Amino acid sequence: MTLNPNLQPLQLFAMDVDPFAKDEIFISGLPDYLKQFDRQRGQLIPILQKVQQELTYLPAEALQAVADYLEIPVAEVYGVATFYNQFRFNPPGKHQIKVCLGTACHVKGGDIILENFERKLGIKEGETTEDREFSIERVACVGCCALAPVVLVGEDVQGHMAPSKVEGLFVRIQVEKEMAQRKKKRHETGE
Amino acid sequence: MMVTIEVNGRQLTVKQNLSVLQACLENDIYIPNLCFMEDMPHPPASCRLCFVEVAGMQRPVTSCTVKVAPAMVVKTDTPAVRRLQRSGLRFLLSVHHVDCQNCPANKNCELQRLARFLKIGLKPKHLENHLQDIAIVENHAYLTYYPNRCVLCAKCIHACRMSHGHSLISFVGRGFNTSLSFAGICDFEQTACNTCRSCADICPVGALVLKTACER
Repeated sequence: MTLNPNLQPLQLFAMDVDPFAKDEIFISGLPDYLKQFDRQRGQLIPILQKVQQELTYLPAEALQAVADYLEIPVAEVYGVATFYNQFRFNPPGKHQIKVCLGTACHVKGGDIILENFERKLGIKEGETTEDREFSIERVACVGCCALAPVVLVGEDVQGHMAPSKVEGLFVRIQVEKEMAQRKKKRHETGE
Repeated sequence: MMVTIEVNGRQLTVKQNLSVLQACLENDIYIPNLCFMEDMPHPPASCRLCFVEVAGMQRPVTSCTVKVAPAMVVKTDTPAVRRLQRSGLRFLLSVHHVDCQNCPANKNCELQRLARFLKIGLKPKHLENHLQDIAIVENHAYLTYYPNRCVLCAKCIHACRMSHGHSLISFVGRGFNTSLSFAGICDFEQTACNTCRSCADICPVGALVLKTACER
């Protein structure tokens, strides 16, 4: 798939740029980006998939642009997008928290763990904190039911989760972040 | 061309292209239905209430999707049909906020009529009441939507499409979380809703209600 040539250098350059600005650049270029697709209703899902691949989520502006391009009502685009689990409407956080609610985790109280994360971060399942640090989602099964209830923080599997361990997880993430910052600083000053 | 069919032992002569449901309703034989509209080319058959038994077919069928055929024998009130209809209505009521006193559709509600016709209570005994978290949607300037009253018949979506060329409302989510949404409706279109009202008029249960002047 070829990217819009006008967009590519900008996007590469934008790797370190604030994610909000990066998204805005892509959304403003969407009308041109969409020209690579046929203008047919049947293209709706492939288009949504590609846009999500680029943006990592589907903001309202993107849905509007897709609806305008295919000349169908936004309501319809929104209806299709909300039907499928693969589409998300909030950007994934830097640390994605995936709470398993498969059968084993459900039996072991996965929903209580989910509630604990939701309360701790002040967001609901499927949402992202304002600073885009954390997002919470529910997943069906991680594949290690013996460790139920399971939570994935980024790529790390946290088995035998308990409400009391939630706080500790965030402290660890904070400590790791500070350590990385110190290391970076040391590296820069050449110590 | 006309076709003669037999319904509950009565001979009916009806037009060829009609569905069994339409043929019966036109001849004053009532079959429970919620989502059927005459001008729909492809009925969604989503309410699962208009079952009938047709001789030669193994199970009861939804009468809105079956066209009349010569010498068809139809029965609308067999025990199997009634059992399916009662279960269907009980499921609808199990996700319905039964609060008739505070509902504008009270006494003019399709669910109340159906429950009376099928002789079941409005609060099904063996099913848990399962309501959605969001009870009222008020982001439209002229309409209020009550997800827990809605039976998801899609009549409003069809009515909206008929009067605007495309529908300004649509279903979002799926399963228990399905509801109507006004997503992406612009101010200009909202203003049009003030004079159109076709969706609120067609709603069988008072899930879409026009806002009064002071609510706006």
